[in-house]
Amino acid sequence: MCLGIPGKVIEVTGEGVTRTGRVDFDGIVKDVNLAYVPEVQVGDYTIVHVGFAIAQLDEAAAMETLQLLQQLDAVDTELDPDAALAAEERIAEGSGP
Amino acid sequence: MTISMDAWSCPLRLRDHPNIVLGHGGGGKLSSELIEHLFLPTFDSDELSELADAAVLAPAEGRLAVSTDSFVVHPLRFPGGDIGELAVNGTVNDLAMRGAVPAHLTAGFILEEGLALEELAGIATSMAAAAKRAGVVIVSADTKVVERGHGDGVYINTTGIGYVPTGVDIHPRRAQPGDAVVLSGTIGDHGMAIMSVRESLGFEADIASDTAPLNGLVADLLAAEIDVHVLRDPTRGGVAAAVNEIAGTAGVGIALDEQAIPIRPVVKAACELLGMDPLHVANEGKLVAIVSSDAAETTVDILRRSTAGRDAAVVGEVVSSHPGMVIARTPFGTSRVVDTMVGEQLPRIC
Amino acid sequence: MKYLDEFRDPDLAKVLLGEIEETITQPWVLMEVCGGQTHSIIRNGIDRLIPAEIEMVHGPGCPVCVTPLDVIDKALAIAARPDVTFCSFGDMLRVPGSDGDLFTVKSAGGDIRVVYSPLDALAIARENPDREVVFFGIGFETTAPANAMAVYQASQEGIANFSMLVSHVLVPPAMRAILDSPSNRVQGFLAAGHVCSVMGFAEYEPIAEQYDVPIVVSGFEPLDLLQAIRDLVRQLEEGRAEVENAYPRAVSRSGNGPAQAMIGDVFRVSDRAWRGIGTIPGSGWELAEEYREFDAVSRFTVTGIDTMESPLCRAGDVLRGQLKPDECPAFGNECTPRSPLGATMVSAEGACAAYYLHGRFRELEEAAQ
Repeated sequence: MCLGIPGKVIEVTGEGVTRTGRVDFDGIVKDVNLAYVPEVQVGDYTIVHVGFAIAQLDEAAAMETLQLLQQLDAVDTELDPDAALAAEERIAEGSGP
Repeated sequence: MTISMDAWSCPLRLRDHPNIVLGHGGGGKLSSELIEHLFLPTFDSDELSELADAAVLAPAEGRLAVSTDSFVVHPLRFPGGDIGELAVNGTVNDLAMRGAVPAHLTAGFILEEGLALEELAGIATSMAAAAKRAGVVIVSADTKVVERGHGDGVYINTTGIGYVPTGVDIHPRRAQPGDAVVLSGTIGDHGMAIMSVRESLGFEADIASDTAPLNGLVADLLAAEIDVHVLRDPTRGGVAAAVNEIAGTAGVGIALDEQAIPIRPVVKAACELLGMDPLHVANEGKLVAIVSSDAAETTVDILRRSTAGRDAAVVGEVVSSHPGMVIARTPFGTSRVVDTMVGEQLPRIC
Repeated sequence: MKYLDEFRDPDLAKVLLGEIEETITQPWVLMEVCGGQTHSIIRNGIDRLIPAEIEMVHGPGCPVCVTPLDVIDKALAIAARPDVTFCSFGDMLRVPGSDGDLFTVKSAGGDIRVVYSPLDALAIARENPDREVVFFGIGFETTAPANAMAVYQASQEGIANFSMLVSHVLVPPAMRAILDSPSNRVQGFLAAGHVCSVMGFAEYEPIAEQYDVPIVVSGFEPLDLLQAIRDLVRQLEEGRAEVENAYPRAVSRSGNGPAQAMIGDVFRVSDRAWRGIGTIPGSGWELAEEYREFDAVSRFTVTGIDTMESPLCRAGDVLRGQLKPDECPAFGNECTPRSPLGATMVSAEGACAAYYLHGRFRELEEAAQ
């Protein structure tokens, strides 16, 4: 359920329930209803489901999530290269421990 | 192409009928006019110009190959091509997939009453250009007209004749464990180009159909004496359908590497938006080649020399495990089964 | 694609897997509610990567699967009318009713159109005032704002030839029904990320507390799912039962205010039958009184339907996580993707279809190991 894809708003027209954005999904541009995300402006990213923006994408939160994982990845590789390698091999084999 | 009506000297002047009418299929003067003034000059074929009931051709060397296909695409014109181009390339490619050198084509048209002559002329022009590009001649043609409301504008059937050189044996059963699976370029371009102009599903994108003749690529491979085991063009049903058919026929397993499959980011994005898997999306100018593993690198090199094969890559291998089944290895090292869809792949929201 | 591909990074996935492995000391049974999550888990093999101690049970979060049979039959009857242009998401085209599906209706002459958005259906209604245009408004809370907007705009503009066949289902009552079942084995839930984008996650806090189960809001990409699984395992190992948000880039606790306001205006809560599960009180939305004129069920008197579920179909037990698809006697025999008996075999993320597709291969893999 709920295929929602992040896209970048490149243009906004209208207001209220017919506020519409041209949203760019990596080269695909589609008209999206922005009525439910009045705070979203040109340049913002938004999650789009069936032609409607349902949430502004919190870019800071996204980056924080990734950075945390990247730091852990760096630590893992540094602290215990063997474990990191073992985990990598497990992934390569496609199975759990 | 704009039709010049000036040369049309028939008393029932076609200029009075800018659209196809039922009479054009009647075999009378209207039919003749259509053939003589629209099709003949456009197709520019000696055999066709004879206007005999059949074309008599001198056989060439090699084994005779025949293939037929019908084209019902809608809309008739789409980013990157039209139904005419598809109709020529599609049949040329079916012949090429058996290693045949395509030589002659027939073209049967079912025209809908009301179709604009300009539109038909445009399609015929595309066909002529595609035929020239592929090096084939249209030697026989037929037109019928159906009532308005049937026929979606135009349906085209093309049958192709080609010749398979001695010693060339390309057939799905020749796939064997250890072989490499090579793809000649990016996937999903044609299907998503059509999707981009479909009512209620459309979107703006720089995606064009990849419709193209593949016989040049095949000729290059054979000239380099690559022992090609299997060739398949992944049209309807996409790469998934093509490799599943091969796996089933040969009784082998096929393992694809997701990350190796070439796809344009914008086509991938279109698939994400509509919830579609690129492996099931149609292609009209790509081929899957199965060759022995030691020929894989050379195969890719040869393909990449042409524009049509510029993105060629090894995308998988033939295996003895899971015979008849196709799997794809994900970037996580896990594998998922890739089956043929039951029917047409539809966009989803779930 | 930005903000999508980064969450599919295999190197970062192994970090999360490592954390799950370090944390887990005993078996746990987890359920992902949303069909899109099921699809991603199976497609990427997430359930093969996580430790074997974790059993993933696929929940009923597939609106295609749970749309009641009589609603499907009504859809088919309405779509068959010569004066109707029936618009639907692609997902619903192949769902079997008592006798055939929308494709069957189409081949018999029905005007069926696949659309991307309910507003596309409204546009068709606007452009074809002589046709009755009906939209099949299925979905969880995620799709409700879109469906509500279509009805609202139809009302504002007076597009009288537009109507909607509404079959909305809600996640929290479904979760409660699963937890209330005496044979329930689920110990932790991945909540549906985009449902929560709309509704927020405050409404899960009473559930976590009442049933003492941890609930983690999860996105759909591999890193999102693994993060949520990690958080659930941590909670379970530590004996906690809280609601956590592992999808902060798209979800806030209060959710989408304007969307909730529109839903509150256009819909009202109703009892809803879930195919294969039965009626769950207060688990659906129907059109509110002021918008009833746009209700396709009221507009088209549909009679003479003989709603008959196949007696062989065990989709309900599968949806409740009580039967594995390959334990169903009809699985692979009378019931296959080509001739499905129930929606779980039709839908892309129906558990039965997933088993059918991947099960044979996984058996071979296991045998080889």
